[in-house]
Amino acid sequence: MDYKEEILVSEKKLRNKTIISFTVFILLLAAAVFAWQKLHEQPKVADVPKPLRTVLNANENFFSNFLSNNHLAKSFPVSQAVKNVRVNGNVGMEADFDPSTWKLQVIRKPGDTLFVTLDEIKALPKTDIVFDFKCIEGWSQVTHWGGVKFSDFAAKYNLNAQTQMKYAGLVTPNKKYYVGIDMPSMMHPQTILCYEMNGKPLPMNQGYPLRLIIPVKYGIKHLKRIGTISFSNERPPDYWYNQGYDYYSGL
Amino acid sequence: MKRVIKKHPLAIRWFHWINFPVIAVMIWSGMLIYWANDIYRLGWGNKTVLKFFPDSFYKALHIPFRLAEGMSLHFVFMWIFAVNGFIYVLYLLFSGEWRLIFPNKKSLKDSFQVVLHDLHLRKSVPDQKKYNAAQRIAYTGVIVMGLGSLLTGLSIYKPIQFHGLAALLGGYEWARAEHFILTILFTLFFVVHIVQVILAGWNNFRSMVTGLDVLPVKEIIFQPTGINNESESKQFGNPVINITEPFIPKDETYPDNAILQITSGDVTGVKDESSIESKNVNPQGPNIS
Repeated sequence: MDYKEEILVSEKKLRNKTIISFTVFILLLAAAVFAWQKLHEQPKVADVPKPLRTVLNANENFFSNFLSNNHLAKSFPVSQAVKNVRVNGNVGMEADFDPSTWKLQVIRKPGDTLFVTLDEIKALPKTDIVFDFKCIEGWSQVTHWGGVKFSDFAAKYNLNAQTQMKYAGLVTPNKKYYVGIDMPSMMHPQTILCYEMNGKPLPMNQGYPLRLIIPVKYGIKHLKRIGTISFSNERPPDYWYNQGYDYYSGL
Repeated sequence: MKRVIKKHPLAIRWFHWINFPVIAVMIWSGMLIYWANDIYRLGWGNKTVLKFFPDSFYKALHIPFRLAEGMSLHFVFMWIFAVNGFIYVLYLLFSGEWRLIFPNKKSLKDSFQVVLHDLHLRKSVPDQKKYNAAQRIAYTGVIVMGLGSLLTGLSIYKPIQFHGLAALLGGYEWARAEHFILTILFTLFFVVHIVQVILAGWNNFRSMVTGLDVLPVKEIIFQPTGINNESESKQFGNPVINITEPFIPKDETYPDNAILQITSGDVTGVKDESSIESKNVNPQGPNIS
């Protein structure tokens, strides 16, 4: 590469070129600052400026291509699971809950609800999973859960038509916490309707009697204490999405 | 006339100035994200020398409770960072510019001398082309760091879909730590870069905007033809003439009129004694320097 090639330029030409270059430079700098300010003034979609939300949704389209039932969260030996499992949220866990009357409600379509008891769920084939639970805050913890695969549950209760839809929506009995989950993630072989933690029934603060464990998502999607499950082709409401987080939140 | 070198191609100036605000946004949004689980520190055992980051630091920058905002920025601007960096590397490879930036055999050895020179511990610097050895290592290193940030970032963004990559980097938690360390290195690079740019001066900074490196004017000592013995030299002093235009050796590369233009002015005046007197004679007496 011939770098040291000198050329002669008249002072006038050099001055003009410098002025033009710096004018363009400063204009672009100002444009960048202006664009940054405008970005934050854009109308918001679920608490995120619309242009950013559009890209986040596009990210979902792009990265969901990599989601595969063959891509499993790494499993760990049970001995590596922690005893003190972190409790990081209590929305939907309020004291207004009566365990004795609880039944899982599966809304097959409006006006057609299936009621399933905990014992009926426990009668289905059990799946144990020990995996690195990842919180959107950035921490993670190897934890041990037991329950029934959602895909097994759907097969047993003939939810074929429902699982052809794009999303599942889960809501706590008091309707204070709710998540929306894309169907491929819901049907992932590691997604379970969970009733056990460390081999014992779920503690109240971990969502007794039944919670979602979905390793391909951040913890915000692992809804505790499932009241109802419904299905739709539109995104069901999502608690943290409304507060500015990514809807997909897939790992 | 000025002697100039076309130092930075337009493409490289674009890559550089796009990268600057994009990295700033990535580091800023990264801090908003990191705050939510700020576990890293410098220290040993229970002794902490430096916590990343002190509460006063967060408070001053209004960082707390902005995780969602941080993620929404981070996962948008990551694309610009990745695409800009990718095209930059392709450009380096296909334009041949990589020869001026990638380190060569001598770079490691030479870079020590450059550092010693910059610390004023050594006078001379090794021969260089566009960049000195230390710059070659730094500018190539920062490309590798950028790639590292993308890979560690991807493996904590999608640790299950890219589990092989995450495993290669030592697992999820290690990848997060590596991503953080790379960010610290980026900020250190930035600080050194800014200091060096300030020390290098205006011409160097200007070249990153205009692309042109203006070479220094050569200063020559001119012995006027009108003075040819020692007494006259004593009488009139020993005029040092700064040729303010670039000095061009007479050869066939440049037309004669270029030489004439340059050598006009002061030089012709030298023959006129009054002009020497007015300009160069020290009224206190002969000045022999």
